[in-house]
Amino acid sequence: MEDKTGVLVYGELAGTKLAGTTCELLECGRRLAADLGQRLACVLVGEVSDTAAAEAAARGAATVYVASIPQECAFDGDVHVAAAAAAVATAEPGIVLLGHTPLGREIGPRLAFRLGAAVSTDCIDLRIDPDSGKLIMTKPVYGGNALLDSVAQTAPQLATVRAKAMPTGEPTAENTPNVVHLSFEMPTTRLTITDRVQEEVEGVKLEDAPIVVSGGRGVGGPEPFTTILQDLAAVLHGAVGASRPACDNGWAPEAMHIGLTGKIVAPDIYIAVAISGASQHMSGCAGSKTIIAINKDAEANIFREAAYGVVGRYEDVVPAFTARLRELLAD
Amino acid sequence: MAELRMVVCCKQTLDPEAPPASFKIDPSGNRMTLPSDIKPVIGQYDEFALEAALRLKDSGGGTITVLSLGNKLVRDVIKKSLAVGADELVLLEDPSFEDSDSWSTAYALSLAARKLEGFDVIFCGRQSSDMDSGQVGLGLAELLGLPVVTLARKVERIDGGLKIEQVIPDGYQVVEVPTPAVVTVTSELGNLRYAVLKGIMAAAKKQPIIWTPSDLGVDSTEVGAAGRKLDIQRMYQPVKEARCEIIDGESSAEAGANLATRLREAKVI
Ligand SMILES: Cc1cc2nc3c(=O)[nH]c(=O)nc-3n(C[C@H](O)[C@H](O)[C@H](O)COP(=O)(O)OP(=O)(O)OC[C@H]3O[C@@H](n4cnc5c(N)ncnc54)[C@H](O)[C@@H]3O)c2cc1C
Ligand SMILES: Nc1ncnc2c1ncn2[C@@H]1O[C@H](COP(=O)(O)O)[C@@H](O)[C@H]1O
Repeated sequence: MEDKTGVLVYGELAGTKLAGTTCELLECGRRLAADLGQRLACVLVGEVSDTAAAEAAARGAATVYVASIPQECAFDGDVHVAAAAAAVATAEPGIVLLGHTPLGREIGPRLAFRLGAAVSTDCIDLRIDPDSGKLIMTKPVYGGNALLDSVAQTAPQLATVRAKAMPTGEPTAENTPNVVHLSFEMPTTRLTITDRVQEEVEGVKLEDAPIVVSGGRGVGGPEPFTTILQDLAAVLHGAVGASRPACDNGWAPEAMHIGLTGKIVAPDIYIAVAISGASQHMSGCAGSKTIIAINKDAEANIFREAAYGVVGRYEDVVPAFTARLRELLAD
Repeated sequence: MAELRMVVCCKQTLDPEAPPASFKIDPSGNRMTLPSDIKPVIGQYDEFALEAALRLKDSGGGTITVLSLGNKLVRDVIKKSLAVGADELVLLEDPSFEDSDSWSTAYALSLAARKLEGFDVIFCGRQSSDMDSGQVGLGLAELLGLPVVTLARKVERIDGGLKIEQVIPDGYQVVEVPTPAVVTVTSELGNLRYAVLKGIMAAAKKQPIIWTPSDLGVDSTEVGAAGRKLDIQRMYQPVKEARCEIIDGESSAEAGANLATRLREAKVI
């Protein structure tokens, strides 16, 4: 293995600020870099604001690499991979961290293959082996039924990190960022985006909601999502989510999909209604503080995950639950 | 337009929807097992990928070659792909393919794709139903130098390429890509169709084509466990203690109301 050092975080932007997952990555990167006695760097790709660069520095990045790309390339994976590869070539890091986000899921593996290196995707824990100094990467496999620790034989060591699996950390004192502008050859365009449709989600954003009420295949159709489940969520000022079958059936929009291949939520309270508790679904909500299950099958796996449960038909249980909550919360 | 030549990568995996409690790690400590009465399956997302190819074939014709890499693949599991309408099944099957990682899998599949020549599109699932990595399709694109569109929920043919509806956060975008290309498919595309009797009978008569590393022109040290770039240290199952408090009542409705009261008491709400 070549002698590469330092940790490089592939950051993502939310407007003029850093995305939440990027703050988690920087905190994790800061810890790994400290354990190795090395430095942390961050690369930001897009229309990068000074605020974002300063925030990356305040969160521990000794160097912030900026790859400016025009807005019309913002969704072109080819451009992002080229920018990431340029950052790696300049920074020569020993470790590269990306979010297991819609963007990171594509860029991480592509960058790894382009560099001839291995990547472990969807990691929930990363630590340095004190003996070898190598990165031990922990990821759930078999839909969350097991964890796998692996170590890369190649350099740099790449990992994509699951959202909300690690603490966000606090920015330290204002820091003037040491910004390095990357120049790289823009790849020729291969993909043409002809249309982009984003549904604005009303009410509380699912990922940030303190309380989430989710419906599964057992709710039987689209209607309960806008009535029974919505009523319960409204009383608790929460958001409505769904299992994959409910979304695949078109009962709920994809934006509500929670799980391994959907959104990751970690609310204070997660109420699973007519959801069996498959491990792939639990991957998206296992970080919740309290899980509550309502299911007509006493043997359903969800009762192994929940703190409180009611065995019964949700059509009977949920309206009464909502009504009593309304009384209690009015007091 | 000439006939579309499609390749679909399908992995045989343990049934991902088997009850969570039935997943057990074998004594070697790095292999997962299920009780022997639970049959393996074609990965869910690989089935959606196959469905994407079948729909293109329905609408404009073309041929579908299914590629599967592994060892001792169960014939009636993997031949389901023929029964639903794939034309040809190529198995990269050899003991040396065992314990592949994403790298050694993508590498061997890329050689197989080259050997197939003249394909227009390779479909993969967004992620395998066992390792959940989401790497192989992207790796194939990089190794073959092809453009890639991920998370397809709808695929149509256009002049010189494909038009794809790609799932993005809170919506979708329409992407046009020239062929040859790699496309990874997500669940919203829709379930794989059922096999009809005629298809099952036709599949029974077809024999899969078997390729070993030497057919791909590589040494067995470049594939499977020997070709890995990621070392497995340990696979393990964190223990969960069952501690659910079940709330009762005279009726389901009463139990629901009692749940609210209990949550208040416990200061959860
Ligand atoms: C690689 C991979 C990734 C996946 N990713 C995800 C993911 O991100 N998210 C996800 O959700 N799934 C995912 N899945 C699918 C997952 O394995 C399960 O199939 C899915 O979570 C099951 O959804 P469900 O619980 O809604 O449905 P089911 O498992 O069918 O459960 C329905 C439940 O409803 C109960 N019920 C029925 N009627 C009533 C009633 N009237 N009142 C009360 N209860 C009732 C039943 O007892 C049952 O427990 C993935 C699978 C794979 C292989
Ligand atoms: N052994 C295999 N044989 C055929 N296709 C595979 C194999 N492994 C992975 N794939 C394909 O690559 C996709 C992503 O797999 P993974 O990177 O393992 O998550 C799967 O959905 C399959 O389409």
